[in-house]
Amino acid sequence: MTRGSRSPATTQGLWVGLATGTYGISFGALSVAAGLSIGQTVTLSALMFTGGSQFAFVGVLGGGGSAAAATAAAGLLGVRNGIYGLQMSPVVAGSALQRVAAAHLTIDESTAVALAQDAGAERRRGFWAAGLAVFVAWNLATLAGAVLGDALGDPRRYGLDGAAVAAFLALLWPRLRARDARAVGVVAALVAVLTVPLVPAGIPVLAAAVAATVVAVALLPPAGRPAHEVHR
Amino acid sequence: MTGWTAVLLACATCYALKAAGYLLPQRLLADRRVASVAGLVTVGLLAALVAVQTFAQDTTLVVDARLGALVVAAAALLLRAPFVVVVVLGALAAAAIRVVAGP
Repeated sequence: MTRGSRSPATTQGLWVGLATGTYGISFGALSVAAGLSIGQTVTLSALMFTGGSQFAFVGVLGGGGSAAAATAAAGLLGVRNGIYGLQMSPVVAGSALQRVAAAHLTIDESTAVALAQDAGAERRRGFWAAGLAVFVAWNLATLAGAVLGDALGDPRRYGLDGAAVAAFLALLWPRLRARDARAVGVVAALVAVLTVPLVPAGIPVLAAAVAATVVAVALLPPAGRPAHEVHR
Repeated sequence: MTGWTAVLLACATCYALKAAGYLLPQRLLADRRVASVAGLVTVGLLAALVAVQTFAQDTTLVVDARLGALVVAAAALLLRAPFVVVVVLGALAAAAIRVVAGP
C-alpha cells in the first residue's frame, strides 16, 4: 500500500462485490414471484447469504415443492461453503468473533478473491473486501428486486419463469469445464426430469443430488492402490 | 413447516455448513476426494434445477416457452454475456414466445 489507500486485493474485492451484487435483483424478483413475501426474501439474503442455495430454495418452493424439500436443496448446495471454510480458516485467522463473521461471508466470491492473491495478508484483505462488498450489494439489490417483482404482478407475463431457468444455467455454466462435471450434470438432469412424474414436486432435485453423489464417488480415482494397478 | 420456519431453518443450516469449515480439522483439505465430490454434487444439483425449472409443471413434464428461455440463455453464455444479461434475455425470450404463441 505505497500508493493510494487501497491494496489491489481490496480493489478487486470491491469490484467483484459490485458485479455479483447485481444478481441480487434477479433473486429478489424471482423470490417474490415464487410466492415468498418481501420480508422472507430479504431475510434469505441477509441470513442465508449464499446465492446458489437461495435460488434453489425459492426455485423448489415456486415449483410446488414442500418447505422440507426446499430446505434440503438449499442445504445440499451449501455444502461447498464448508469446503471454502476449510480453505479460508487459516487465511482469516483472527479472534473468535472475527471468525464467526468470516464464516457468514464464506461464499464463492470471497473465497475466489482470497485464493487469487499470493500472500497471506493480501489474501485476508481480499476475503474481507469481497465478502463485505458482496454482502452490502447483494442485500440492497435483493430488496430492490423484491419490491420491483412485487409491483410487477403476474410473473409469467414478464417471463420470470424463463429468468429462473436462465439464472440456474448461468450458475451452472462456469462449473462445466471439466468432463467429469459435464457427465455428472447430464446424469443429474436426466434423473430429475425422469422422476418429475413419479414423486412429489421438489423431490426430483434431491433424487438428482443422490445420483450426482453416486456418480461423483464412482469417478474418484482408486485410492490407496499403486499407480501400476490402476488399469487392471 | 410454515414458510417462515423453513426460511429460518434453511438459513441456520447454511450458516452451520459454512461454520463447519472453520471447526473441522485442516487435514480434511488434504483429502482431495472430499472437495472433488462436494464440487460435483453442486454441479449435479444446479443441473437438476435447470432441468426441473425448464420442464416441470408441478408433477408433469411440459415443453413451453421456458425451453426457449433455456436456448437463448445458453447462446448468451456461449457469447460470454454477464449473469444479469443472461437472466434478462431468458425472461425476454419466455415473454416474447408467449406473446407470439399465446400463454
